[in-house]
Amino acid sequence: MNRFSGIQDLKQFREKLVHDLFNPRKNTIQVCCGLPCSTLGSHRVATELEKEIQRSGIEVEVVKTGCQGLCQRGPVMQIRPHGYFYQRVGAEKAGEIISSTYAAGIPVRNLLYKDSFMDKPKEKLEDIPFYSKQVKIALRNTGYIDPFNISHYIAVGGYSASEKMFSLMNPEKIIEEIKKSNLRGRGGAGFPAGVKWAHTRGAPGRVKMVIANGDEGDPGAFMDRSIMEGDPHSLLEGMLICAYAIDAHFGFIYVRHEYPLAIKTLKKAIHQAEELGLLGKNILGTGFDFTVSIKEGAGAFVCGEATALVASLEGRRGFPHARPPRVSEPGGGPWGYPSNLNNVETYACVAPIIENGADWFLGIGTTGSPGTKVFSLAGKVKNTGLVEVPMGITLREIVFDIGGGIIGNKQFKAVQTGGPSGGCIPQQHLDLPVDFDSLWKVGSIMGSGGMVVMDEDDCMVDVSKFFLSFTQAESCGKCPPCRVGTHQMLQILEKITSGKGEEGDIERLEELGHLVQRGSLCGLGQSAPNPVLTTIRYFREEYEEHIRDKYCRAHVCNLGIFIVDHEECILCGLCKQACSFDAVKETRRSFFIDRDYCTKCRACYSVCPVNAIKITRTLYERLEEELKIPSEQLEVIERRRKMTLKDILESRPYEIVSIRKGSTIADAVRLMSEKNVSGLFVVDENNKLVSVFTERDIVRCVFDNMQITDTIEHLEMREIATFEPSTEVSTAISIASRKKIRHLPVVEGDKIIGMITFRDLVSYLLPEICYMADTMY
Amino acid sequence: MIVGEIEIDEQIGEVGRILDEKQKARGILIHVLHQIQEDNSYLPEDALRKLSRNIGIPLSEIYSVASFYKMFHFKPRGKKVVKVCMGTACYVRGSKKVLGMLENEFGVKTGETTQDLAMTLETVGCVGCCGLAPVSTINEEVVGEIIGEKRLQNLARRIKED
Repeated sequence: MNRFSGIQDLKQFREKLVHDLFNPRKNTIQVCCGLPCSTLGSHRVATELEKEIQRSGIEVEVVKTGCQGLCQRGPVMQIRPHGYFYQRVGAEKAGEIISSTYAAGIPVRNLLYKDSFMDKPKEKLEDIPFYSKQVKIALRNTGYIDPFNISHYIAVGGYSASEKMFSLMNPEKIIEEIKKSNLRGRGGAGFPAGVKWAHTRGAPGRVKMVIANGDEGDPGAFMDRSIMEGDPHSLLEGMLICAYAIDAHFGFIYVRHEYPLAIKTLKKAIHQAEELGLLGKNILGTGFDFTVSIKEGAGAFVCGEATALVASLEGRRGFPHARPPRVSEPGGGPWGYPSNLNNVETYACVAPIIENGADWFLGIGTTGSPGTKVFSLAGKVKNTGLVEVPMGITLREIVFDIGGGIIGNKQFKAVQTGGPSGGCIPQQHLDLPVDFDSLWKVGSIMGSGGMVVMDEDDCMVDVSKFFLSFTQAESCGKCPPCRVGTHQMLQILEKITSGKGEEGDIERLEELGHLVQRGSLCGLGQSAPNPVLTTIRYFREEYEEHIRDKYCRAHVCNLGIFIVDHEECILCGLCKQACSFDAVKETRRSFFIDRDYCTKCRACYSVCPVNAIKITRTLYERLEEELKIPSEQLEVIERRRKMTLKDILESRPYEIVSIRKGSTIADAVRLMSEKNVSGLFVVDENNKLVSVFTERDIVRCVFDNMQITDTIEHLEMREIATFEPSTEVSTAISIASRKKIRHLPVVEGDKIIGMITFRDLVSYLLPEICYMADTMY
Repeated sequence: MIVGEIEIDEQIGEVGRILDEKQKARGILIHVLHQIQEDNSYLPEDALRKLSRNIGIPLSEIYSVASFYKMFHFKPRGKKVVKVCMGTACYVRGSKKVLGMLENEFGVKTGETTQDLAMTLETVGCVGCCGLAPVSTINEEVVGEIIGEKRLQNLARRIKED
């Protein structure tokens, strides 16, 4: 390829490419090679596909694209011209894809997308709800073209905005167009890009710079990464347009060092663009110079802040400084040169605006926030991944339609937007249309676009602690409100989540939070308390629960009381094995947790296969307050109260030993000796219980001088007391001791169930008694 | 890289035209530190001394910059650097478990290196692979969806194997 000497060259080149590369009838497989899909093996799939294509002789081009969005179902691919969308493609499926899709024209059914295995598979991308609600501007080429090949970008209309700009527009016109489009900064604050550009253009000084902020440090965000890795030229073209508009000749892209692939892709893209004369000296023969270089970060979150980024760019510690001077003013930018700094996604939106006009852009989204926004949807939703949606879409649509709802159909709790600077939005605001202003109103921010969905298993206090510990660790330490304030707040949160919270802690957190917001130097500190303040605003009862009841409803914090639910327990004993502190005790027919030993390490909770370990609110503690009985004993009482005669019978193997009433005493004694029992059921011809014959009766026989050949019938029949199996043990004991009997026949209607002796009762109660003794001393 | 052969002008690129010598030296500092670390897995003192002499920035200032950024290390690191992602998405899907398992398995705390310099355990803010949460990286390689005992054990095995 030769360097373009003029705009005409580029036009001709594109026309040729469109015919060659993106002919709509051409066989193409677009394999997603974004990081998540690569991790799942998409490169191997692509290699296999190429081998298979050679073998079959069918002409198909394999294009390795950037992120196609549906990371959860990776590796994903699109099949053209048919338009099929395949997901979870293993390398072994390569043959099938070529043979059935290209040779026969039939989709491979088991690779098609399905919501659940009951649903009908969806053949095309457009049928999948994850994609059908999206509108792509910033991500227009991501996942469609090969990021390593500039021809692809040019073929899909890339650099045509630059063409238009160089041939038809002057810098003022460009700024006017961007201003009119009301493109707001996608990095978080939503400051209008056009205003910023005009400001930089108006700044005194001959040298100006264009900086792209790709220091995407927010945990849970990967939008900029996808653009840089999937469509680097859209960023470069946006920067070029900006450079032309503000008359800058130097550009920098500040990229996190954690994104090696993005750095590699961008380097290649810059190199290719320079070769073709789309960057560098005398661009497209217009005499305009613009060089772009990449600056790597080194793992400091604060460097995403404009002034800190500038410091880092110059090679200093990434300390922010007070504004003014702003970056767009003399003395504010790198080495003092006024500069325009925008987020990667903002630049990616520039070229389409110039190409299609501001009015087109204004037609998408809401009045206050036109256009689209890229979100990285993550957390507890079924479909995680990268989505670009028009502004004004509701959170419900994003979470439930695009995201497919919560994993395991659990209860939605909150969605966190804006990363550590944002807040948590609860269920009642699910129908909120998402734009810069509406999110601000509910206490959160748009942020760079991380969206993490949380369900009932997430504890909001823990989540806010997580964010705060992140910002606390990332605080650069320059200004005390942020350095000390976040530390203090974190300590209070630690106290609350470890069960040592006190009344007044919530108020202290709020007060400190407002102080940090007001007193901090840069955006990081000013927004650091947001997660805590919004969770207090919407989930105050969870904080109160942690402080007052020492209980965490999501069972995340190690609070509450661990008990074994005996109805659900399957007696597998795993909990006993798992416990390192011997807190799980075993009785003859159950397990229970000794709270004196329990350290709440959750080992038993996580190991139980049937979820029989329950973490309960401090119910006992309330009873303790009311009844003045130690809570340990309450647990024993609770268990004893529930115990029945049936439990005892089932706890051991037993046999019903009965004798006919016509039998002799000698028979009875022999039987008792043989079976080693101390009592017999005496039954009539119909096997109906008449009486019981016990050792006590033998004593009576001897005393009455009866012969052992006499039948049992001759004994004076006593009135017998029978017991229902559901009789509680405590009731049975009191009846038995009142009637002075030691054998308790258990019957259900006419049916004999079994015999319980006093010894059974004692041995069954023994562990309980030991336990009580233990707790008492 | 050989610290003695730094071409400041080449490294800084086109923008060097408008900068003075001091600014240029500063401008490449972070990039050079990355390269030294890439070669040695950490920043050895003698390399920094040499660098200081070559580009004319006081050693104290080099340390000042290097110690600010989390990515630079002053102690030798393990052959395998394992980073457990602690991003929000990974956190809510259980990265604490992954970290706990690795700490137990290898007997190191976060930020420490095993005695035999086989592995270093670290956490990272976010690797941008949230779709596969929870994830960890072993050197450059990303391991995703580490949910459940079996996957946890697999991760440990992959770290141990050469």
